Amino acid sequence: MPFKSINDIIVKQDFFSPGHGLCAGCGAAQIARIVMKVVGKDSIIINSTGCLEVSTTTYPWTAWKVPYIHVAFENAAAVASGIRSAYDALIMKKKLNKDVNVVVLAGDGGTADIGLQALSGAFERGDRITYICYDNEAYMNTGIQRSGATPYGAWTTTSPSGQRTFKKDLMGIAIAHRVKYAATASIAYLLDAANKVEKAISMNGPSFIHWLQPCTIGWRFDPKLTVKLSRLAVKTGLWPLYEYYDGAVKLTVQVPKRAPVLEYLKLQGRFRHIINNKNELVKIQSYADELAAKFGLGPVSE
Amino acid sequence: MQIIEPLTLSGNLAIAYAVKQLDVDVVAAYPITPQTTMVEKISEYISKGELKANLLLVESEHSAISACLSAAASGARVFTSSSSQGLLLMHEILFITSALRFPVVMAIANRAVSAPINIWNDHGDIMPQRDTGWIQLFVESAQEAYDKVIQAYRIAEDDKVRLPIMINIDGIVLSHTYEPVYPISDSDVASFSPWNLYSPRLDPDNPITIGAFCYPDYYFETRYQSLKALNDSLPIISNVDKEFGELSGRSYGIVSPFKCDDADIILISMGSISMTVRAAVKKLREKGEKVGMLSLKLFRPFPSKELIRYIKNAKAIGIIDRAFSPGAVAGPVFTEVTSALYLSKMDIPSVDFFLGLGGRDVKMEDIKDIFNILKRIVKTGLIERHSYYIGLRG
Repeated sequence: MPFKSINDIIVKQDFFSPGHGLCAGCGAAQIARIVMKVVGKDSIIINSTGCLEVSTTTYPWTAWKVPYIHVAFENAAAVASGIRSAYDALIMKKKLNKDVNVVVLAGDGGTADIGLQALSGAFERGDRITYICYDNEAYMNTGIQRSGATPYGAWTTTSPSGQRTFKKDLMGIAIAHRVKYAATASIAYLLDAANKVEKAISMNGPSFIHWLQPCTIGWRFDPKLTVKLSRLAVKTGLWPLYEYYDGAVKLTVQVPKRAPVLEYLKLQGRFRHIINNKNELVKIQSYADELAAKFGLGPVSE
Repeated sequence: MQIIEPLTLSGNLAIAYAVKQLDVDVVAAYPITPQTTMVEKISEYISKGELKANLLLVESEHSAISACLSAAASGARVFTSSSSQGLLLMHEILFITSALRFPVVMAIANRAVSAPINIWNDHGDIMPQRDTGWIQLFVESAQEAYDKVIQAYRIAEDDKVRLPIMINIDGIVLSHTYEPVYPISDSDVASFSPWNLYSPRLDPDNPITIGAFCYPDYYFETRYQSLKALNDSLPIISNVDKEFGELSGRSYGIVSPFKCDDADIILISMGSISMTVRAAVKKLREKGEKVGMLSLKLFRPFPSKELIRYIKNAKAIGIIDRAFSPGAVAGPVFTEVTSALYLSKMDIPSVDFFLGLGGRDVKMEDIKDIFNILKRIVKTGLIERHSYYIGLRG
């Protein structure tokens, strides 16, 4: 049953506890909390190495009220496939009787870069796992180094004069594997996101969610702006909310009047060096316009 | 007693046959010569319904070992196999598998490492895995490979052990050579190495966090626990071998000495080459020479005490190394053996013999040459060199 209101989600039991060490305003904590409310008790969480892992499992404490496993950086999808395979085999052989949701939470480095090979394997084999990428657009855990998901123009410690290439198209890669379900998500659109997670775990095959995660430290913004930035990413067309299912791509949140990208960029320190650079702004605006045309968003309204 | 006819199997097929009898739940693997026929046979068993298991055909060895680790963490009995570059690609996850204490069983068809690329046998792939925290067994025949796979699950899944195990078979030499193999019955396998749903594991009714982040205040103790488990596994490995002997009539020991009791000269070896060494010792004994040999069946944990018991009266010891440890004091097996001697306060002249790299044939004559070098040391009391490269040209 799809969620009808935010309240339907909020009342659900928490399986991600407070008291973890993530930053104030961290989008990953909000993603983890919502995912856990939706997937519930009978789930196994696989986490690749990253902020979420180091901040929620500091021995002898844990923020996870469900079985949780972290093995390494690049193999979250393979670890998930192993669990899926084990549960399927044990149920087939009547050694176990209760199935589980197998859910990965991995950052953009662990997904778009070092973990892409393992992820491609799991997608190609059709393994029944849900892979959620929380994308903060750089290697934040190691100190803000650029990743394949860093957006054009963004400052990081290893792209000090601004990233020279555009983000890797993870959704395009997932869809090219003919996964059962793929969707983008935003913490500013919780109902949309929660329903996507619910759909993803119900699939009889691989599902993928690409979730934009504002990072206060790496993006350089005031912690109170996390949700606002998430919303602006959608409103500018830089983060269209859509889903892929059964061969078709469908926009799930329409933006009739788009905000100019400058509205989004100017709130973030990582773009400070380009907000007065017209050429750079035009490039980023054109990129947003391209996405808007592709997914059917409305025009920019000043 | 039920009489079972021998099967004609290669080392790889003998292992596959054991895996079938052990009713493994998940097999994850990636092809690499000379391991391939093992997984091909298992695939055939699964497709014919003779083995009820999930075959996870992953995109790399890194994913194969990752999936085995997590499948074992879910309670399944798992198997994988690899060789050479594939094993090197697994390297990172091997440490994690042992530290998280999951009973993964892996067969390795030992093969030389690149460069230059070479598909033949030596121990260049396994020696870099020495410090990964796995139990490491070496065998001399397809029969022994079969027997050890059955024992491996019993050992690995023992609550007091809970460690992963590597069974090393020499690539091509054992992996592809057919021999008569006497299996034990399916029911004997099931009662010798029974599967149980163990805890703790990834179970929603008893949630635990696996693979947590450790600050300096807990890391040392956590690593020490894995170290202790590996060291403590030695008597269990030895006992399982003995018990298997009572069941099947075949017991190998964790070290296998031959004519060591009164030997002046002892040559120590691992893997299939031990058969050549044993044959050479037989011939030399016929001539009245007081030589012996010892085959190391267990490399991790290293059986120092058991080894010393058999070699302590020798006047010279030769150690065969089939891999380099570049820049080290000596080869990996030599270093272990001489450390064991030192800790037992024994100063026996010891020489390292490197041979058989990249599948280079080792002949009986080569072994006799080694014994001649050692004989000279006993006679003269002089060690000219601590390492020899047998058959090296140029």
